[in-house]
Amino acid sequence: MRHLMSPLDFSVEELDQLLDLASDIEKHPEKYAHACDGKKLATLFYEPSTRTRLSFEAAMMNLGGNIFGFSSAESSSAAKGESVSDTIRMISCYADICAMRHPKEGAPMVASAVSSIPVINAGDGGHQHPTQTLTDLLTIRSLKGRLDNLTIGLCGDLKFGRTVHSLVRALARYKNITFIFISPEELKIPSYIKEDVLEAQGIPYQESERIEDVMPDLDILYMTRVQQERFFNEADYIRLKDFYILNNKKMKLAKEDMIVMHPLPRVNEISVEVDKDPRAAYFRQVQYGVYVRMALILTLLEVNLC
Amino acid sequence: MLNIGVLQEGFVLDHIEAGKSMEIYNYLNLNKFDCCVAIIKNARSNKMGKKDIIKIECSIDAIDLEVLGFIDHNITVNIIKDDKIVEKKRLSLPKEIKNVAKCHNPRCITSTEQELDHIFVLTDPRKEIYRCKYCEEKYRRKKL
Repeated sequence: MRHLMSPLDFSVEELDQLLDLASDIEKHPEKYAHACDGKKLATLFYEPSTRTRLSFEAAMMNLGGNIFGFSSAESSSAAKGESVSDTIRMISCYADICAMRHPKEGAPMVASAVSSIPVINAGDGGHQHPTQTLTDLLTIRSLKGRLDNLTIGLCGDLKFGRTVHSLVRALARYKNITFIFISPEELKIPSYIKEDVLEAQGIPYQESERIEDVMPDLDILYMTRVQQERFFNEADYIRLKDFYILNNKKMKLAKEDMIVMHPLPRVNEISVEVDKDPRAAYFRQVQYGVYVRMALILTLLEVNLC
Repeated sequence: MLNIGVLQEGFVLDHIEAGKSMEIYNYLNLNKFDCCVAIIKNARSNKMGKKDIIKIECSIDAIDLEVLGFIDHNITVNIIKDDKIVEKKRLSLPKEIKNVAKCHNPRCITSTEQELDHIFVLTDPRKEIYRCKYCEEKYRRKKL
């Protein structure tokens, strides 16, 4: 039995198989409509996350399975002081697979150590969010046709943004990737990502404060939100939240086949006028998130349709 | 040099950085052992200038020395049996340490679930970096 804690839990080959399966689901959804008949997914969300939870639930429903769970710690037995280990032991008796989001980093790993069903980390604090990374990889591969030979600009909150850290680690395993980190000084990518991941493998990167300077070089622009919940100081958040706003004027500087991605929700960092630009890929990204979660559920449940 | 009698069986921990012997004493929980322990501080050393030494008279199975490699792998461990040094052990960095150091990340699950073991894993032997098994927070020695 396997769990998913980090996007690097899968080898590049395993990831390719997973993404192939997700692409097949996109092309032939009817083939998978009853693949999980009689199976149950538990969504254990100790903090609110509409998008990820609904994506998991939609994925399981598309596979013919059933769903149940909770969407905040207050409505779970955690409010009575139950440990994560005890909760997952109990859930293991009810469900076939579970997706867990928890504000504490490492909570899904604690669950996986005692669980008798596959546990998917659906986000643990500022640590990992592997299914977002899988979503990003599927989006890039589907829309750009490859996961190598790409220049990707990551813009916004690169310090606290776990999706950015995970995506950098995941893409660093492919050939000829160049990273361009676009952020204000206070939200720069942590030095351990630069030193341990990029410099250690000789992967090229550059840093820029101005999005306009690097826009023409990009194959992908990955925008992120400045996350209020990661700040201890309200004044810092207000000062930095609107540092970058992508609009049509800036989009004119970009390549015709560049794509704009965003893990969503957006606040102000992408102007709504950009939504009509064919290069805006962030809502298609949401759809790819459902396909990749379907593929993940099938893989972890070892459902073989052949 | 000050001489503290020979051991029949036990350990001599040599080349401890001067002033660190009490720290080692605490890590090894030597206060819980009902055996003879000698701590020599600021002994002269050709190699180090000054060093600390700890002599412990106990069964050689009684103490887990793995943790010493994590604290300071430059320490030399002399294993004594029948009044003789039977082995001079060089320490290496253990791959994993359990309940020796605490994770200080306030967002780590270990900060709220008290029964969990605090486990650190060696992720970069070259830079001697340990990270929390759960949240991957880097271990910072000064916080020990």
